[in-house]
Amino acid sequence: MASLWEYANPKKFIDTTDKVLPWVSVLAVLCLATGLIWGFFFTPDDFRQGSTVKIIYLHVPSALMAINAWIMMLVASLIWVVRRHHVSALAARAAAPVGVVMTVIALATGAIWGQPMWGTWWAWDPRLTSFLILFLFYLGYIALWEAIENDDTAADLTAILCIVGSVFALLSRYAVLFWNQGLHQGASLSLDKEENVADVFYFPLLVSIAGFVFLFIALVFLRTQTEIRARRMRALLARDRMEA
Amino acid sequence: MTALLLRDIRLAVRAGGGFGLGLAFFLIVVVLVPFGVGPQSELLARIAAGILWIGALLACLVSLDRIFALDWEDGSLDLLATAPLPMEAVAAVKGLAHWITTGLPLVLAAPVLGVLLSLPVQGYGPLVLSLLLGTPALSMIGAFGAALTVGLRRGGLLLSLLVLPLYVPTLIFGAEMARRGVDGQDYTTPMLMLAGITCGTIALLPFASAAVLRVNLR
Repeated sequence: MASLWEYANPKKFIDTTDKVLPWVSVLAVLCLATGLIWGFFFTPDDFRQGSTVKIIYLHVPSALMAINAWIMMLVASLIWVVRRHHVSALAARAAAPVGVVMTVIALATGAIWGQPMWGTWWAWDPRLTSFLILFLFYLGYIALWEAIENDDTAADLTAILCIVGSVFALLSRYAVLFWNQGLHQGASLSLDKEENVADVFYFPLLVSIAGFVFLFIALVFLRTQTEIRARRMRALLARDRMEA
Repeated sequence: MTALLLRDIRLAVRAGGGFGLGLAFFLIVVVLVPFGVGPQSELLARIAAGILWIGALLACLVSLDRIFALDWEDGSLDLLATAPLPMEAVAAVKGLAHWITTGLPLVLAAPVLGVLLSLPVQGYGPLVLSLLLGTPALSMIGAFGAALTVGLRRGGLLLSLLVLPLYVPTLIFGAEMARRGVDGQDYTTPMLMLAGITCGTIALLPFASAAVLRVNLR
């Protein structure tokens, strides 16, 4: 029985992801194209929101992935702290910029939607505020990775920052709920059927969420491979200098 | 532990330790605010609690890099690491020393500066109480941030970027408590939350700070 930990071997990881990557990329493109085109052109306008409702196909998936990317980084950091697999640390590093872009997309699409609908680009609503705080956490995390020269030290410190930051991010999430009342609508998707958006919007939304998930996986695989190769290259260069 | 605490306090109080700088910074922030927003006392009274909290937070922030940086430079941190005292205790004591030399003076100075911002009378008690409860958390979180960036040259700006998001919950509950006090409302809930955050950070963050210091000393 093959264990998941086999992929802690960088070579094995690169070989496997090389095989998987084209499929995931194709799936991402297909799902995104289907979800977005279906959503943008073949769903009716909402009777109150008009065509602005269609930004949901970008907003909800990116917001979802912004949070999931952080959770993935948390899991990868924990794996690094406990089992010290370098691929795991590099995957966390690779996911951070993707996550920050997702956060920015969610904030920007939200602002663009909020202007005609709420009459304001920005409101200090708990959800908006927590996303802004999440954005700051991402920035700090990335900045710390960039600031430290030694790879292992950087991996250790960012992993601990990610774990501590997760606790504080969660705390902030509930603190802002306490601090201000919400303007944002409830969850678009939930296990509770009543809360969901109407079916016409629901299915294209699911497809485009799947597209964002595949896109995220593809990008993280690609960026992790790049990190592994960059590190290998640095090692080779260092060896060359030693011999010269 | 007591010896380390006394040593840190002594170092901070004597020349070059920067004791009082945080306090002066707090004073300047508070003095600058009326220049920025105008001198109307109703407006100032409404935002006084928030300004004092932000000022205290910033004053705390500017003095953070002193927690470990000097000991890191002259090597005493390495000695502390090899001493029988566990690293967790070192981190906790350093945070405590920072609080005594920075946080506590801020708490004591806040009512005086409250006068400058025409803070309503009923707000003084809750404001001081909220700062007293909240500033230890600021020091402990700050010690963690300082430990993260101790090995970096020019780590100051990065330190702010790392620490400020972590300050959000403390600030929210602290300022909310002070604001409710000013408005004459019941402030038990934010007070309990603030106390909870402080207790949690004192109990748990020294472990994270110690882990980070060990990595940096490797």
